[in-house]
Parts: sequence; structure tokens; C-alpha cells
Amino acid sequence: MSAATETALGLTESKGIGPRVAKLVIYSGLFIVFAGPLLALLVSSFNHISDPTQLSVVPKTPTLDNFRIAFDHGVLKYLLNSFFVVGFGLLLQVAVSVLAGYALARKVFPLMTVVLVAILATMMLPEEILALPLTLVLGDLPLLHVNLMGTLAGMIVPLGAWAFSILVMTEFMKDVPRELEEAARIDGAGELRIFAQIILPLCKPALGVIGVFGFTMIWDQYLLPLLVATNSDSYTLPLALRTLRIDPVVTPGVVMAASLLALLPSVIVFLLFQRSFARGLTAGALKG
Amino acid sequence: MSVREAPVATAEPPPAEQPGRGQWRSRVRRTGSRRAPGRAARQGGKWWVPWLFLAPALILFTYFKFIPMGRALVMSAQDVRPYLGNTWVGTANYSEILSSESFRSALKNTVVLAIGQTFGSMLLGFCLALLVEGQTRKLSFIRSAAFLPVVVPMAVVAELWRIMYHPTSDGLLNQVIGLVGLGPSGFINDPDTSLASIAVTGIWRGAPYDMMIFLAGLAGIDRGLYEAATVDGASTRQRILHVTLPGLRPVFAILFVLAAVRGFRSFTEVFLLTNGGPNGSTEVVMTLIYKLGLEQNRLGVGSAGAVLLFLATLVLTVCVQLLRRRRTA
Repeated sequence: MSAATETALGLTESKGIGPRVAKLVIYSGLFIVFAGPLLALLVSSFNHISDPTQLSVVPKTPTLDNFRIAFDHGVLKYLLNSFFVVGFGLLLQVAVSVLAGYALARKVFPLMTVVLVAILATMMLPEEILALPLTLVLGDLPLLHVNLMGTLAGMIVPLGAWAFSILVMTEFMKDVPRELEEAARIDGAGELRIFAQIILPLCKPALGVIGVFGFTMIWDQYLLPLLVATNSDSYTLPLALRTLRIDPVVTPGVVMAASLLALLPSVIVFLLFQRSFARGLTAGALKG
Repeated sequence: MSVREAPVATAEPPPAEQPGRGQWRSRVRRTGSRRAPGRAARQGGKWWVPWLFLAPALILFTYFKFIPMGRALVMSAQDVRPYLGNTWVGTANYSEILSSESFRSALKNTVVLAIGQTFGSMLLGFCLALLVEGQTRKLSFIRSAAFLPVVVPMAVVAELWRIMYHPTSDGLLNQVIGLVGLGPSGFINDPDTSLASIAVTGIWRGAPYDMMIFLAGLAGIDRGLYEAATVDGASTRQRILHVTLPGLRPVFAILFVLAAVRGFRSFTEVFLLTNGGPNGSTEVVMTLIYKLGLEQNRLGVGSAGAVLLFLATLVLTVCVQLLRRRRTA
């Protein structure tokens, strides 16, 4: 018995035909419960489905019609809107987070605790709670008097600063040795150069974490686009799913095809960056 | 390589021209401990440098978090009338919403849904974590497959489950429960089962997330304790009760707060699956606020509801944090 592979249940060590069959049943059950519905979605999007009772995991009449009809209903435009929002949103979010993280991790300044508390406090103020006043603020930005309602920018800027990303960046940047920074300073490097060429390149793992989490967070947004979009031109793909479903001539197969397009980007990002995901989950949850 | 900016304040006077590399290094190395505060402050250079780096975050937070929160507080004490000017009504909005039957029932539904989703996800997530803990490739495949629902957008989850919940006997889930002789159930179309159905969808998406956090917690448990327990002749059940569960206590506390707060704010799944129906059986605080504020334009009353929701999540978070402090102290 090796201590390294010991688990709480000790399942991996079990031998013999009985436990093996039990394990097979359990794991296939798990797979069916969690991946099964998504497989049904995948298969249905390539099937002729005229009513919801025909949703199944068995491919019967393979077709691309669902996607064709979905595109006829503007799904491509909504998809591009989504990509626009996630692209610029993520760019803004990452930039804001690394800048703020640098100040919080590498500097000591008065009121630093106040700033940290304020950033933590924003975690208690998600879009849901702020929904109503947020529409008013976005309709007429204080001081600037810009109306962002109905624009994609209105779905992007409120997500620009995210406490989670800032805190992950801060924690990570704290661990970069002082000596590197000092050496660069002695060599005459300025503040920006130290930030961009010394600290930032060493933070690639953290950039991976805030990148994948930011991506899924922005891609999953529903309420904010719902508040901001004043007509279907500025819909993101998740919003468009509901309009498609309500449309009486659109079949469930088409809704599933559009759903597949809406889930693929975040699933692909997850599969490509699983390690960043695992790292971020523990950073976000276990460090508070 | 040219350096345009002068070095900010170092232990040495700034060289007029770029010195030979390494010329100044050796002397600085000697300067004591890494994180002496006085030293760090000197290194920071001008006082406004950190604020410049913080500015984008602080501006965005002010605009989209703090100003809206202030607005919500103000509006909750006002009768909001676009173009006519708002009038102060004191606590009237609060007393109106607290005494309204629909808010009370929405509050009850929200609490039931939050509790159901929180404990359902944690229980299932814990069992899943125990089952898929391990190093083999098969297990990591199962883990990834089980985690997929977490990264699927909630809107997709809701549309998918909406179809799976089709109320006739040939709906997908009705066929599944038909295999064991149950149903057909109306699921989200039946006031008796609608809230539970939404909770099941939430658990399906929440449990794998909890599973991953539990797995991280399990990885932190000292393997030697398992070995010792086995040597002492402890059964699997005793091992889980006396080694695993105590080791995971902080994880439970964190997951509880995260999931409960998430449950209080449930909006998308309810909005898309039932939008509060049938017959108000799944109306939660968030869908009610949405309807009050954006469909009926009653911003004052809606804001009062949002402030109450905020207070509820605040109290919950603070209580759990205090409990945790006391236990660890």
C-alpha cells in the first residue's frame, strides 16, 4: 500500500471483479448525468427536430439545416456581438487587473488598506443587486454624460474591473522577488519598464488564470446584456437564445444549434486551459 | 538599449548616463531585509505612482459599483418619477415591499431555492469528489467531463433543461424517470414541482464546481493520516468521518457562503426556465425586482428590494466569516 495514492475512499486500490463492475457503473453514471445532456444538445443540433419530445442522444437524420436556419435568424450577428464583447471586455479586464495588481503588490502607500477593502466590497455588489441603478448610470454616465444603453460598450465597461482578477494578480505579483526589481532599477529601468518587462513576464500563470476566468465570466453574462440591449441588434448570443425559442416557427433543433455555438467557445477555452482553471478555482475559493 | 526614464530613487544617486551593467548591483544587495516598509516606500518613488496604476480599476469600480449602490440607496427612499422629479418618501418603499404578498412569497422561494441548491450542490459535489479523487487518467477524464456544466453559459443550460423538462411522457427526463416507473411529471410547468426542478438544474451546474473545490481540499489532507487510520483498523466510513470531514471544514464554510450568496442572486435560470411561473411558484427576489423596476418602472420599490437583498447577502457572509474566525481561533 503506497501512501501517495491513498484517497479518502480508497477506490483506486480496490481489486477484484465486484468492485470493478461497481466502479464502472458509478463512473458511467456520472458521465451520463453530467455530460449526457450536453451530448444530447450536440446530437440534437445536427438533427431534424420539430418538437421538444424528440430530443435524443441517437443521431437519426443528420443535417446542417438547424445551423442554416439559425444563421438566417441572425445568429452569426449575435455570435459576433458576443465575440466583440468578450474580446474587448477581456482585454480591458486584464489590463485593469495587472495595473491594479502591480500597485497593490509592489507598492506601499497610505490608504492601501482602504483600497483593498473597497475592492473586496465590490464582490458583494454584483450586477444582479445593482441592476436597476446600473441602467440609469449607463444611460447617462455621471460627469461624462454619455449614453451607453443599447451599445456593446455598455456591456463591456461595467465588467472592466473585476475584484477576483485584481486579487489573483496581486497575490501572484507579491511573490516576484524584490531583487529582480531592484536590479532593474539600478540598471536605470523606469516604473513602466519594470512593470512591463520584469514583473509582467513572470506572471504568465496568473495571466492564464485571470484570462480563462475572465473569458468564462464575460461569456456567461446574461443580466447585464439584457439590461443594456435595447433592441435585438445589440443582442449577445445567450440573449438571442430566448428570442429564438419564443419564435413560433423556430424548431428546438435550431435553438440547440444556436446553443451549441454559445457553449463551444467557453468549453474550448476550458479544455485548452484546464490547468489554469484548476489553479484559479483554488486561488479564488481557498484564499477567500 | 536606451533607458529614457531616470531611475526613481535608489540607494545610489541616479547615474547621469547608463552605467555598465551590474556596476551598482553589489552595493544594493547588502541593504538588509526584503520587505522593510521604509525601504519599499522609498522604492515606490513618487506618491502618485501607485494611484496611477490603480486609477483604471478605481474609476471603473466607482462608476459601475459604488455610484449605482449609492443610487440604489437613494432611490429606495424615493418615489422615482422620470421627468417629474423624485420625491422623498422615507421608508415607504421598504414598508410597501415588506408588506406585499408577492415579495414575501418571492423571499420564501428564494430562500428555499438557495438552501436547496447550496446543500444539494455541496452534498453531491462532496460525493463526486470522493468518487473521482485519484491520479489515473480515467479519473481525470471523468473529472473534466463532469466539470463541463460549470463552463457552459447559464442561458444554454436553461434552454437545454427547458427542453429536457418537457411535460409530456415523451419528454426526455420523463422518459428517464419512466424507466423506474415514475412520472410523467410536469416539472417546471407544475407549481408543485417547478421550484424543485429549477433547484435540480442549479445543482447540476453547481455540484461539479463544488466537486473541484473539494478535490483541492482533499489534496491538502495529509496522506499519512489515512495510512494511520488504516493501520489502526478504521473502516472507510470512520476514515471519512474522522479524517476527511474535519480536514475539509474550511472548504465547507467557503463553499457555503459562495453557494448561498449565488443562490440569493439567482436570476438567469429562473428568468429563462419559468420567469416566475407557473402561478408565481418560482418567483424569486431577483425576477421580482426585474419586473418591478424594468417592466413596471417602479424603480423606488425595486431598489428597496435590491437593498434588502444586499443586506441579506452581507449578513450571511459576515455571520459565516465570524463563525469561521471563532472556530479557528
